[in-house]
Amino acid sequence: MITVVLPEHLRTLAKVIGDVKLDVHGVVTQRSILDALEVQYPMLRGTIRDHVTKERRAFVRFFACQEDFSHGSPDAPLPDAVASGAEPFLVVGAIAGGNRA
Amino acid sequence: MSQVRVLVGTRKGAFILESDGKRDRWDVSGPHFAGWEMYHIKGSPADPNRIYASQSSGWFGQLIQRSNDGGKTWEPVDNKFVYEGVPGTHKWYDGTPHPWEFKRVWHLEPSLTDPDTVYAGVEDAALFQTTDGGKSWKELPGMRGHGTGSGWQPGAGGLGLHTIILDPKDPKRIFIAISAAGAFRTDDGGTTWKAINQGLRSEYIPDPNAEVGHCVHHMAMHPSRPGVLFMQKHWDVLRSDNAGDLWKEVNGNLPDDAGKRGFGFVIDIHAHEPETIYVVPIKSDSQHFPHDGKLRVYRSKTGGNNWEPLTKGLPQSNCYVNVLRDAMAVDSLDSCGVYFGTTGGQVYASADAGENWNAIVRDLPAVLSVEVQTLA
Repeated sequence: MITVVLPEHLRTLAKVIGDVKLDVHGVVTQRSILDALEVQYPMLRGTIRDHVTKERRAFVRFFACQEDFSHGSPDAPLPDAVASGAEPFLVVGAIAGGNRA
Repeated sequence: MSQVRVLVGTRKGAFILESDGKRDRWDVSGPHFAGWEMYHIKGSPADPNRIYASQSSGWFGQLIQRSNDGGKTWEPVDNKFVYEGVPGTHKWYDGTPHPWEFKRVWHLEPSLTDPDTVYAGVEDAALFQTTDGGKSWKELPGMRGHGTGSGWQPGAGGLGLHTIILDPKDPKRIFIAISAAGAFRTDDGGTTWKAINQGLRSEYIPDPNAEVGHCVHHMAMHPSRPGVLFMQKHWDVLRSDNAGDLWKEVNGNLPDDAGKRGFGFVIDIHAHEPETIYVVPIKSDSQHFPHDGKLRVYRSKTGGNNWEPLTKGLPQSNCYVNVLRDAMAVDSLDSCGVYFGTTGGQVYASADAGENWNAIVRDLPAVLSVEVQTLA
């Protein structure tokens, strides 16, 4: 099982408490994690990546194993520790982002 | 006994205020969707328990929420707003072509007759529609595809389609307004649109009488007289007696502002007196707060030109808030209630058509929108 940590706003939207556990089939990548996440929680579609292009929203970041994967290929395999569930995949709202509010 | 429900959208969540018909005690619930920008919340005239809300964030984008029980519980519905075809470009602030990009939903206008049908005005300017209660949204591309679209330029707040008015006597007629393109009307249910900006004069564009390029802030129509429209433009309050084909300024004795009059954002109409209109004059397009630090609603009982300030219960010193375009509404009780919200987080209400005002809630986040439901 993959562990995904969502930011507070998205946990509230998805009505989840704590971390999310996902079954991800095949190679564990950003794309396969987000595909599985959006199947399990369809209300998250469009909040992390664009509906059509599937590009990461500008002020969302992906961290794992103390590394920033935000600018990596969405199809690149993530570390074994993420694939095994030993380390979580973190979806983070950028500290500088959003708007003036 | 009648009840009134006030739907308040703010920079950091939604609030719902409820009272009986006396309107002297209010229960406040919220924040709903705490921390999110709530640009607009509006109930269905056909089913008042059906409410739609536009929820957005710079981080996580646009969501649409739907309630079937008057705002007690909510469910997210479809949030996929995709322009039809190749979106093309409009003008950017510097005059260069800029691709059409969806940013947010500014305004939700439920159908007058069908709770499942809602129109959504979005930034960058376009009109979307759902006919299945928000499960899917489809653009009405004729609006964005108006021949002038490539020349539309955003106002300071963005290229937002912020006003949608449905004609109760003609279901195929819709009025919309865009900052800073102007006002448009369809007479065929949204297939084709006509720019209705004749008579508008905007000194900040090269041709002040141009067909488009006018920064219309808001429009209002009384349901008993769908051919009569009132407009609050960047500068100027205007009226049209022929469904927008021609406008005339009705600034009259609104406060003088270095030789000009009539800057503001909101405009609304008394529920039972179609010639009684309300505006909140704001000082100039560079200051955006009330004249002299005095928060005054101006009322005209003559459809414009002759205005009287309404001040009783409103702060008359050191008040430097703004009242944004969708932040005024009226109820339809016998003694018409008028409501407006400020960027300082107050919602003011008058249960006697503007004579006396009270803050029915204060210290909310900046208020973006106020809508009112009068419940039997």
